[in-house]
Amino acid sequence: MLASLIIVIGSLILIVSVIVFNGASSLSFEMLTQTSEGSFYLSSGGGFLNAIVGSLILALPATAFAFIVSVFIAMYLQKDFISSAFSSFIRMCLDIMWGIPSIVYGVFALTIMIAVGLRGGSVLFGIIALTLLEIPIITRSIDESIKVVPDGLKESAYSLGSTRFETALHVVRRQAMPGIVAGVLLGFGRGIGDAASILLTVGDSNYFPTSVLDQTAALPTIILNLAGMPEKTVQNKAYAVAFILLLIVLTISILTRYLTKKSSRYIIK
Amino acid sequence: MTKSNIQIETKALNVTFHNNPVLKNINIEIPAKQLTAIIGPSGCGKTTLLKSFNRLLEIQDDVKITGEIIVDNKDIMTSGLNVPDIRKKMGLISQKPYPLPMSIFENVAYGLRIHHGKNPKKVEEGVHHCLQEVGLWNEVKDRLHDPASRLSVGQQQRLCLARAIAVKPEVILCDEPTSALDPIAAQQIERLLLKLKKDFTVILVTHTLRQAKRVADYVIFLYFGMVVEQGPADDVFTNPKSPEMKAYLSGEIS
Repeated sequence: MLASLIIVIGSLILIVSVIVFNGASSLSFEMLTQTSEGSFYLSSGGGFLNAIVGSLILALPATAFAFIVSVFIAMYLQKDFISSAFSSFIRMCLDIMWGIPSIVYGVFALTIMIAVGLRGGSVLFGIIALTLLEIPIITRSIDESIKVVPDGLKESAYSLGSTRFETALHVVRRQAMPGIVAGVLLGFGRGIGDAASILLTVGDSNYFPTSVLDQTAALPTIILNLAGMPEKTVQNKAYAVAFILLLIVLTISILTRYLTKKSSRYIIK
Repeated sequence: MTKSNIQIETKALNVTFHNNPVLKNINIEIPAKQLTAIIGPSGCGKTTLLKSFNRLLEIQDDVKITGEIIVDNKDIMTSGLNVPDIRKKMGLISQKPYPLPMSIFENVAYGLRIHHGKNPKKVEEGVHHCLQEVGLWNEVKDRLHDPASRLSVGQQQRLCLARAIAVKPEVILCDEPTSALDPIAAQQIERLLLKLKKDFTVILVTHTLRQAKRVADYVIFLYFGMVVEQGPADDVFTNPKSPEMKAYLSGEIS
């Protein structure tokens, strides 16, 4: 038991320290404030602000779309709306979706992209791939948090003459809020850090995208490109990007804890 | 009982869960503006009967209900009725109090808003009135916006009562409302129910015979899903007719 504990915590410390040690030392202020220059993958010119912005432009809308879809699926999965046989079938489908490797979503989005005649990549299809990736994560988290809302609480709301929608909107939502918040941020965290799903669909760019059909750089994809280069200095840039990505994910994690706690204030135990 | 003072009447009511019969051929009349106690041993279908009155059973899986439940001369089991309207007439107090996940104020305001308009002044007056009715106002007036979950269990139960009467129901359904409470909190609830029966029909499911003897005007005795005896409390308790009721009163079964 102790050994497994050491393996888990040890590797976490090792990963974080390697990234912090290599990343923080090669990180410079210009890297965060400038966009890439033509030879970013070769020499030391420019920064990767375009990739930070690109990642946010991909992950934020994808999380928003996935959330909207997920809330409705999760609500309809409850026994107040559909039979339990049907809901367990949908849950199974979502669990399968969750298990699909993200590269498959990337290939899927790429196939549609080629079918509509786009080449090279675009923000739009990156968002599509990420939305599909995030839907099962967010839906199942919200679903689980709604499922554990006590029957007695729903009965209370129904007994006051609330409709199913009023009950879902005013009572179940409040009780499930910590789980909803956690689910959304979990989805966002997965979306912003995933490379495989956007590898084939967003392409690359040194500039900020100006339309949904533009190509864009993103943090996970430039890590891949930078780390594959032979020079040590360029490889260290990959660590710098990884460090920023790590900071973003850490922020999300802290935000999740804070918001979950905040939204737990009124819940009934 | 004349027709006019019957609040709820059931005719040949049968309920099955997963094809197990829970209630069998229930024919009862519940008098208006009185306190009716539903008594009987554990697992005899008391709670099921109570929850059939506001159509709360049907949110469970695999329930079949046949027969008639007549409230205000209408069979509430007729299909196509607006179920929230039926439930609005019947407040429910459950065994474990479930305040809504909101502040104390919002718990009472919730029902007022969805049924009686959102005018802030009227909502505030309504909340004040209902909390006063259940004797909670003085205890919570300084912390109306605290989470309801911070109240003691006894206070939560009274809050649930305040929340129920805010909707202005005709009937208050109580499912063993004192079994989770300490003796003092339980006594408060009992007194409140006795006070509330002036304005509401109160139906109390209880497994304590002594409680039924203390408060009931009318008694329905259930045994294995069937009504064995029903009538005014004095008759049933002093002059039981069935052997089961006699055994229950003497404590042979409980």
